[in-house]
Amino acid sequence: MVKRIDVKDVDIYYGKFHAVQSVTVSVPPRSVTAFIGPSGCGKSTVLRTLNRMHEVIPGARVEGEVLLDGENIYAPSVDPVSVRRTIGMVFQRPNPFPTMSIRDNVVAGLRLAGTRDRKRLDEIAERALRSANLWAEVKDRLTKPGGGLSGGQQQRLCIARAIAVQPDVLLMDEPCSALDPISTLAIEDLIGELKKDYTIVIVTHNMQQAARVSDQTAFFNLPGVGQPGRLIEYNDTEKIFSNPDEKATEDYISGRFG
Amino acid sequence: MATTESIVNQPATPTPFQHISGSRKIKNALATALVTVAFLIALVPLGWLLVTVITRGFDAILSANWWSHSLSGVMPDEFAGGVYHALYGSIIQGLICAVIAVPLGIFTAIYLVEYGAGGRLARAVTFMVDILSGVPSIVAALFIFALWISVLGFPQSAFAVSLALVLLMLPVVVRSTEEMLRLVPDELREASYALGVPKWKTIARVVLPTALSGMVTGVMLALARVLGETAPVLILVGYSRSINFNVLEGNMASLPLLIYNELVSNPEAAGQLRAWGAALTLIIVIMILNLIAAASSRFSAIKNK
Repeated sequence: MVKRIDVKDVDIYYGKFHAVQSVTVSVPPRSVTAFIGPSGCGKSTVLRTLNRMHEVIPGARVEGEVLLDGENIYAPSVDPVSVRRTIGMVFQRPNPFPTMSIRDNVVAGLRLAGTRDRKRLDEIAERALRSANLWAEVKDRLTKPGGGLSGGQQQRLCIARAIAVQPDVLLMDEPCSALDPISTLAIEDLIGELKKDYTIVIVTHNMQQAARVSDQTAFFNLPGVGQPGRLIEYNDTEKIFSNPDEKATEDYISGRFG
Repeated sequence: MATTESIVNQPATPTPFQHISGSRKIKNALATALVTVAFLIALVPLGWLLVTVITRGFDAILSANWWSHSLSGVMPDEFAGGVYHALYGSIIQGLICAVIAVPLGIFTAIYLVEYGAGGRLARAVTFMVDILSGVPSIVAALFIFALWISVLGFPQSAFAVSLALVLLMLPVVVRSTEEMLRLVPDELREASYALGVPKWKTIARVVLPTALSGMVTGVMLALARVLGETAPVLILVGYSRSINFNVLEGNMASLPLLIYNELVSNPEAAGQLRAWGAALTLIIVIMILNLIAAASSRFSAIKNK
């Protein structure tokens, strides 16, 4: 079930704008990989190409291959909808569906895919909420709207919603940037638990967070204004944060950037 | 360190803030008075209209057969009969119009927001909708007369009226639905896509429910507006003093048409009373629609607790 991702020489465009140039990264299964780098360097863009969310934006396109256990998700015959079912995503801002209850939010992916069996949905909702460390807080208010939860709870609800469809990979786009330190800690603990069952890729602006939660780190940077972002260095997190090969990486993580 | 101390040791100044100057107080009072007076003046015609219609039409709508009988067999100067036939006509014409215009308008808005977004066809459609929303009701009525009755050869009927009302209601529904769909954050669409939900299902199960309450309000207000349209009923259907359930054939009354006929062709006091009564009835019908809009939008509104 748990799969590895191999990004091979990917170029990403928004219309005519070349956003990211020739990225090659291999993400091993059951591990956390962090993407770090300054704003606008393309790390979120790369993340969104991993489950074909990039092409939702009009004019956006991708060149190159992204292999999920050897299968190219950009092969012409592949349905992007099935790719997204296999590779889940958690966004920067918590975005529970406002018209649905907490329970319906968690099982939204399954319900919208046509699962009707109430008992099974209830079981899945409980399992997903337990995995997201949210069950104890919401078990008495499952029928209440998801919008009434706190920001940190909403983000964990979104994680529960993403894992309820049982993806192979979980992508997280700055999942803690809108949260307070305590909620952030809760999510980081959760990431540590989830990596037993999922391959996780996380984009973060918080270097300490990358150091705390990830096994590998990829550093992206912009060589100059108007130029496409590039992958500068990709290695084990320990190596990146103690003894990086590139000077640009060292400057960035030690705060001597720019 | 030295600078901190010197600041701390300074005697506290009385207050760093100034008092509100006299000229600003005067300006503030003037502006407040101005907007209040403007509001009251704007209220005058509305209140006047309501009071006039209610006082003159009140006796009519309370009379025995007002809500249950037509004017069939009632003499022009006779204080009898009711507007059942016209009420039926107004409601059925509005309903048929809504059945055609609402789905058409909602699907058009979905195309404009979710599929066309910025494309050439979407811009062309938006332009057309803008033009259509500026078309006077008499022009819409004449167009339907030319197309439906002169060219296609159908008889004058309530259905022809409904068709003209569709032309008037459609742009309002498209516009209001479009606004509501644009208010739905893209994050919700992305959240749905990221769960592996196809686009059409995302629209049907996530976007539309989120926008529903606003859409219902828009539709109800559009319907209330077209119910009062007079030009289409004057041109496209004949007046009848009796009940006609057939929308495809024959004369059929509606409230605006009844008002016009009593006013123009019946100088008797009874006719005047009927005209005012029908006007009050029309206002009541539109008010009920507005109340339904308010209630249903509150019912389907997004709750957080």
